[in-house]
Amino acid sequence: MNFDPFVIPFNIGLYFILIYAVVRSVIWFRELSRPDKLRLQRGFFGRAFGQSLKEIFLESLIHRKILKSNPRLGYMHMSLAFGWFLLILFGTIEADIFGERHLNPPDRAIFFRFFNPDHGKTFFESSYAFMMDLILAFILSGLVLAVIKRFSSKVVGMKKTTKLKPLDKVALTSLWLIFPSRLIAESLTSGAYGTGSFLTGSLGEWFASFLPANELAYPFWWLYSLSLGTFFVLLPLTRYLHIPTELFLIFMRNSGIRTGDRPGTYSEVEVHSCSSCGMCIDVCQLGFSAGINTIQATYLMKGIRNREELHDIAHNCLMCGRCDQICPVGIEISPIRMIVRRTEDIENVYESRWKGYLRSRINVVTPRQETGTSYDFLPVRKQEKTDVLYFAGCMTHLTPSIKKAMVRILDASGLKWSFMDEDGGVCCGRPLMLEGNDREARELINHNSDLIWKSGARTLVTSCPICYKVFRESYYLDLEVLHHSQFIKNLIDEGLVDLNYLQKRVTYHTPCELGRRSGVYDEPLEVIKHVASLEATGYDNENSLCCGGSLGNIMLSREKRQKIAEDVTARLTACSPDSLITACPLCKKTLAQATSTRVMDIAELAVEAIAAVPEVKKTRRGVSKKKVIGETTATI
Amino acid sequence: MDKFGFTLSKARVIDYEANDRTIVDYIIEREPSLKLCIECGCCTATCTTGNFTDFSLREIHILLKRGENEQVRQKIKKCMLCGKCILVCPRGVNTRNVVSLARQAFRNTEGYEF
Repeated sequence: MNFDPFVIPFNIGLYFILIYAVVRSVIWFRELSRPDKLRLQRGFFGRAFGQSLKEIFLESLIHRKILKSNPRLGYMHMSLAFGWFLLILFGTIEADIFGERHLNPPDRAIFFRFFNPDHGKTFFESSYAFMMDLILAFILSGLVLAVIKRFSSKVVGMKKTTKLKPLDKVALTSLWLIFPSRLIAESLTSGAYGTGSFLTGSLGEWFASFLPANELAYPFWWLYSLSLGTFFVLLPLTRYLHIPTELFLIFMRNSGIRTGDRPGTYSEVEVHSCSSCGMCIDVCQLGFSAGINTIQATYLMKGIRNREELHDIAHNCLMCGRCDQICPVGIEISPIRMIVRRTEDIENVYESRWKGYLRSRINVVTPRQETGTSYDFLPVRKQEKTDVLYFAGCMTHLTPSIKKAMVRILDASGLKWSFMDEDGGVCCGRPLMLEGNDREARELINHNSDLIWKSGARTLVTSCPICYKVFRESYYLDLEVLHHSQFIKNLIDEGLVDLNYLQKRVTYHTPCELGRRSGVYDEPLEVIKHVASLEATGYDNENSLCCGGSLGNIMLSREKRQKIAEDVTARLTACSPDSLITACPLCKKTLAQATSTRVMDIAELAVEAIAAVPEVKKTRRGVSKKKVIGETTATI
Repeated sequence: MDKFGFTLSKARVIDYEANDRTIVDYIIEREPSLKLCIECGCCTATCTTGNFTDFSLREIHILLKRGENEQVRQKIKKCMLCGKCILVCPRGVNTRNVVSLARQAFRNTEGYEF
């Protein structure tokens, strides 16, 4: 047998998807910016290529990240992806070795058993068939899990699974049909010819005992081919586009391309790489604390793909970055959300050809036309020359105890310092940026930069992680920017302040803007460990929670913020510590409203340690440095 | 009455008929917490922008509710969205969203330049 009409649907699907992949890649490549094109070319001939292959194997096939965090879910994804890959690979080899000739067209390998029903008689052939059956069984076990997950996601250890659009459901059904129809088709053919291994062979034998196996096999081969064809044709319109797109994403990422702040090829590839696995749903605090289940990253990606109304999804987010951390595909979710926030007031022009098969993203990007500047009322302010410049930040002015503590620490350090915003100051610009108003933010940035340059300082210390992030990333400054926790740590290391050990049990809440957003984890912990006994909470470092007060979310009502804060404080004070330490004035204010435990900033803790009675000194680790405390406490 | 000098001073008349509530309706539809505002002025007391100008969020809320949109349009650009007002508000008004929505409303409503 050389040909049978049932292979036609499969072939149409296969060649369609291959041509589509080429056309789409060419379009994507052409739309890349020039530097990104160069990066990609360099990556192709450099180390990035090898790294990408390794990553594709580990992440796209084995799904290592999901396996680590959730073994059952990981097994489900692995069995489908890796199993299918093995089936195609060994199927091709099988057709090549045992087929009539070498180098067969793909349909020969896929429908091998149909064209070679006698195969499997000799020992070598049957052991190969055993392996093929094993792979099929591996896939089917994952498929069973996937079907169960659709109906009860708790089985695979997920609280919620993603809601799908109708076309996704059609594609999902055809995907689910592929492997069972292959199993039945192969079994019936094997049953009729007495071949096949432990799975197809024994099932076929049983079928053949009471059914006309040979006649029944043919419709199932048609079903197998049809479900493959349907799946391939629908693939570009559904979430399953992530299967080919993720390969591009991994290669582009390894070549050094990043999302940036404008819509472009990379963000589009990222959006299409989202497999809607739903891991971001379970980590989202808006979901599990505030009951908002429509705005998670997977829905953002789906909304962008289907061009839904995005305003609420984009803005109703704490920007805490927990989903960025968990995403197994490594999609930079927050930058994409920021792009949507920035572009939504822009006139969006979409083009659609071929009923959505080839759609391009927002094409016309015209900056919003606003008349005049908004902040021309800001006065020209004076700034004295100094070494260390302290910027408290708006939120710190609302929590004066942090400000006072920092003033004491700075005085105690003996450094020459100056208070940049003692009069209340001007906002750092990040709250505006978080709303997508970059142009307006730039005016504030220029104003503050001017003052910082005038001061001639070498170090800028800020008490607010929100300001810290924007000073580091969006200001053009030629000085060292430190969060006060880093500054205090430096003071301790250099022996400029001497802190006593307090008999206190504390837990630490990592502020999102300081931790996940700026990568400052160790310094605050070291300061705390230096002066108190730190208890682990299970929400440390990358896994930290958002306090709920985030300025990233403009839409969240106070009641929901309160709910999140109460949930967070309950988790962080479960071991009933003496105080809950944080390093952000906004976190402090939000958390303090939700708990009876004392919430302190790290600066307040340090000041308490400076002022503490020296009796506890003996419990302190290390040698005592020069007596700074005695003098400073007297002068303050 | 005119004879006795008890006329209303023109400058103090608020003409509710002539004033335009489209902007405030647009905001309240999307941010109902604006209705909770008691005009206590805590937001104005803590305001970063208010430190430099006569900008007053309390005033803006009053003007919005009266429908004196032209004045709001001129003033509202000055806000820096820093969010201190949310934290001090005793009624839980989401003031940042009010400002953001007001700007959005001016952009999206015909007849206003923003």
